[in-house]
Amino acid sequence: MIIQSRSHRIFQIFNGFFMLLVCLVVLYPIYYMVIISLSEGAAVMTGKVKLLPIDFTFRAYRASVQDAMFVNSYWNTIVITVFGSIVSMFLTVLFAYPLSRRDFYGRRVIMALATFTMFFTGGMIPNYLLVMQMGMNDTYWALILPGAVSIYNMIVMRTFFQGIPFDITESAYIDGANDLTILWRIILPLSKPIIATMVLFYSVGLWNGFYNALLYLSDKRLYPIQLFVRSVVLAGETLSADMANNMSSEGGVGLLAEQSTKYATIILSMLPILAIYPFVSRYFKNGMMVGSVKG
Amino acid sequence: MNDRLALRPNAFQRWRKNIVRCKYLYLMILLPLAWLLLFKYGPMYGMQVAFRNFRVRKGIWGSDWVGLKYFQQYLSDPGFWKIARNTIVLGFYQVVFYFPIPIIFALLMNEMRSKGAQRLEQNISYLPHFISVVVIASMTISFLAKDGLINQMIVSLGGTAYTYMQNPNYFRFIYISTDIWQEMGWSAIIYTAALTNVDTQLYDAAVVDGAGRLQQTLHITIPAILPTIAIMFIMKMGGILNLSFEKTLLLQNALTYDTSDIISTYVYRKGLSGSQFSYSTAVDMFSTIINLIFLLTTNMLCRKFGDTSLW
Repeated sequence: MIIQSRSHRIFQIFNGFFMLLVCLVVLYPIYYMVIISLSEGAAVMTGKVKLLPIDFTFRAYRASVQDAMFVNSYWNTIVITVFGSIVSMFLTVLFAYPLSRRDFYGRRVIMALATFTMFFTGGMIPNYLLVMQMGMNDTYWALILPGAVSIYNMIVMRTFFQGIPFDITESAYIDGANDLTILWRIILPLSKPIIATMVLFYSVGLWNGFYNALLYLSDKRLYPIQLFVRSVVLAGETLSADMANNMSSEGGVGLLAEQSTKYATIILSMLPILAIYPFVSRYFKNGMMVGSVKG
Repeated sequence: MNDRLALRPNAFQRWRKNIVRCKYLYLMILLPLAWLLLFKYGPMYGMQVAFRNFRVRKGIWGSDWVGLKYFQQYLSDPGFWKIARNTIVLGFYQVVFYFPIPIIFALLMNEMRSKGAQRLEQNISYLPHFISVVVIASMTISFLAKDGLINQMIVSLGGTAYTYMQNPNYFRFIYISTDIWQEMGWSAIIYTAALTNVDTQLYDAAVVDGAGRLQQTLHITIPAILPTIAIMFIMKMGGILNLSFEKTLLLQNALTYDTSDIISTYVYRKGLSGSQFSYSTAVDMFSTIINLIFLLTTNMLCRKFGDTSLW
């Protein structure tokens, strides 16, 4: 249908190369960490590892897995992610559903109150004081509750609920169902794709969470994996800055970890996300798409 | 509807009827509403510590009111202006250098002929979005170390290794380029979605009129996604000072404070490590207010000169 001009063919070739380059730039750093973590220390030191692991070994992974602090923080993160996702989903659904109903008075006011917080927040210190005042510091509530609902996710979910024909709700009413039954029996089963997307968003956010843990946790036994990664990988490099700052060293590990152990720790911390990514990436994309057409 | 409620004589009765009809809906929203008021509006109420000499033992109400003391204190401090400048410069760099990239990427991806390859490209390109900030910072610092990946490449190309993380001149470049690496693909999704909605008949008509590919892009594709670009631009400008506190904190070190110290990291250091709660809340309010001004101005300009706005 379109006549291919010569310049267009050249453009297509360059564009194809560019797209390959983008993939390479995205994937190689991750791949590089994998091959370093699977190589023997001596080969890593000489900088010979480029395309494939040299002197293949799982030693670095064994070292990580045998570290009690690592196992502990990994387990903590699993607990935080599971419970946090449940709390977040529960609140988000209860938030979004009433706001999606046209016959619910007060939805405009509540919607405005919620949207306003996307552009204006109290800031770090007032949040910190609030969490302290409620005695949530050094508990997982501090990591789960303050950011439990993402207003953006809530609006996306509300938009999805609004797309479900109201006739269905109306006829369920006539059959004597109340709103709780309607939500549980009709709306939620019809919303499986958006629920899957939201669960993924929330759990990735909780798994990767660093900010709240940094602010509110001082007990090392409660540390999530991200704080552990920071202490192992960054402690060495930022040590000078911290000393210059007269800040106490926050690293749990006294020794500087060697390169392959560092990368093994990083890869293990990313493992759940890397493992599920190929199967769920379309859910992530769909979530973004639904959000973009809210109009 | 409910805005006109007050004008109706039986408004109160209608309200009561609605509460009875929707009683479960009201019940449902009780918990999220309590959460919203406590965790979102609670801290806003707590912002008044900026106007008080906050003492932990006295609490927010009991602490003495000092008015604008802390605002005067930091506005007359040259150290503060350096941090404000760092924040604004980094924010502008992000808009200028980062914002156009996902748009260009989406346009180029749209030119790919194989839809399967296009989907694969998309899925790969937004993978980094799901990598945690700690891992991103760890990768950046270790790749840029003297014996890191980047320096190895530079050396093998005949250059000399250099400690980029310790030089304040490189901080902004590093910050923006890692942002591009992490978010380019993800941000492009929204434009790709807009591109799929472009009416293909327009292209056919343009071909009949003798328009080449470039002209089609300039006169059909870009105007079609302009509203999306405008909305994203307003959002970006409204959050111009919302730089990633976490990433900045993890990437900075005392040697690069000249460019890397921004308002949020300063607030963290002074407020939480130094326990100057009132002073740092006042500093933080500066960025909140600037953000709000940027958001309102951009929104107004877009409404005036285009027909897109957030409200």
